[in-house]
Amino acid sequence: MRRGILIGIAWIVAVLLAGCGTAPSAGGPSASASAASAAPAEKSLILATTTSTQDSGLLDELLPVFTRESGWQVKTVAVGSGQAIELGRRGEADALLVHSPEAEEKFVAEGSAGARRLVMHNDFVLLGPKADPAGVRGTSSADAMKKIANAEAVFVSRGDESGTHAKEKGLWSQAGVTPGGSWYQSTGQGMGATLRVAGEKAGYTLSDRATYLTQRDSLELEVLSEGDPGLLNVYHVIEMTQKAGGRVRADGAKAFADWMVAPATQRLIGEFGRAKFGQPLFTPDAGKDEAKLGE
Amino acid sequence: MDVLFDGFVDAVELLLSGDEDSWTIIALTLRVSLTATAIALLVGLPLGAIVALARFPGRRVLLAAANTGMGMPPVVVGLFVTVLLWRSGPLGGLGLLYTPTAMIVAQAAIATPVVIALVAAALQQVDPDFRVQMQALGANRVRAFAALLGEARLPLFAGTMAAFGAVVSEVGAAQMVGGNLVGQTRVLTTAAVLATSRGQFSLAIAFGLILLLIAFGVNLSLTLVQQQRAVPR
Repeated sequence: MRRGILIGIAWIVAVLLAGCGTAPSAGGPSASASAASAAPAEKSLILATTTSTQDSGLLDELLPVFTRESGWQVKTVAVGSGQAIELGRRGEADALLVHSPEAEEKFVAEGSAGARRLVMHNDFVLLGPKADPAGVRGTSSADAMKKIANAEAVFVSRGDESGTHAKEKGLWSQAGVTPGGSWYQSTGQGMGATLRVAGEKAGYTLSDRATYLTQRDSLELEVLSEGDPGLLNVYHVIEMTQKAGGRVRADGAKAFADWMVAPATQRLIGEFGRAKFGQPLFTPDAGKDEAKLGE
Repeated sequence: MDVLFDGFVDAVELLLSGDEDSWTIIALTLRVSLTATAIALLVGLPLGAIVALARFPGRRVLLAAANTGMGMPPVVVGLFVTVLLWRSGPLGGLGLLYTPTAMIVAQAAIATPVVIALVAAALQQVDPDFRVQMQALGANRVRAFAALLGEARLPLFAGTMAAFGAVVSEVGAAQMVGGNLVGQTRVLTTAAVLATSRGQFSLAIAFGLILLLIAFGVNLSLTLVQQQRAVPR
């Protein structure tokens, strides 16, 4: 009987100790981070952004510099542009770095967002298997979409209301096609995962160039159509204000947005990926006229 | 297949090189999952005992609810916790979203039904006469209950391991309430998912193997305690 008591106590204590005992050994960063985030007065902001900026590794390069220079901790939520804008609308994010211009303009017109500024661009590329069953190599994007639909060749869509998905839907409507049927497959996942699916199914897909370049080596997909002015992929930074919610850190949002368009940051963006891929993944555009991009 | 081998090599390298990022991830994984399991035990043990031993209306419905909870998808729990912790949500003032604390809350919610259901089953499989005997021998309620726990220790440990297994392996809630922030809320499962979406497969497999190793270590410790005197010599 005493043995039963002892074992019972030992069992609970052991698990409790194991749980708490590892806390200190988790080290400075995580321990202080949890303390920092428990107090909203700390300098911590939430950035809602797209999967492409995270999957390409750009944010890993930029954010530590921002934190070092400004003292602001950044919590990144990498989702599709549609969800990122929705988080902004609800006041659950302080700054947005997104690439869905039409949706952004509508959102800013609602009035809860502050300034929206041009940050950078790259472009979308239409990818497909080397065999190119629909014969779209070298055609314009609208023609390519038409051919894919006519051939009912497999097309893998993000299907997640991201900026890339919005661009893809725009291309379908330009081509006068309503995609549907078993050849049109929707993953509902981020760009990296969608590229993977398209590669495995030997299908066509639309991707931003940055994510494609960072994963090209492990994919059996080639760029088949590129260079249309309509394929520009433009990123803006949007600051949220307290009109979206009382807990929005407008000061952090402004600090982040100002930093993103500052000359030194723009140089970092222009250099990102050059060493590894032989070409930059993004073109910095702060202060430029958006209408003249890509000329 | 190369990628599996590379993953194995990467895992060994990550563990041996003392790479700080990896160790932060490993430490956080252990801290979050073990704390969540401990909380689930603290809450689930008394509740499971009540459901198993007390007689009150609605007892079976409660038990069925706990049994259902064992199969609750982590992503659903994550969604509930996220909405509660949103700035605009009822607990928004705490500023807990995207912190390890939020992950512990979500994982404890996932593990508690597992503990309740398995504790109830463990205590009920003890022969009812055992309690009667204890009382006949003059044991008070506390001592009788402790003896009952001792009698049921094998399935109780199994329940603990099931609860730990449920939380250390889940990714949906950890991703949603933690946000997979580097150095803050990145655990082995979310790190593996991110590495996969970046096309870094061998790194993803390395994280997966380390996760298996950790789960094995924890379960081995628990099993060694569990099996003491389990088999008569």
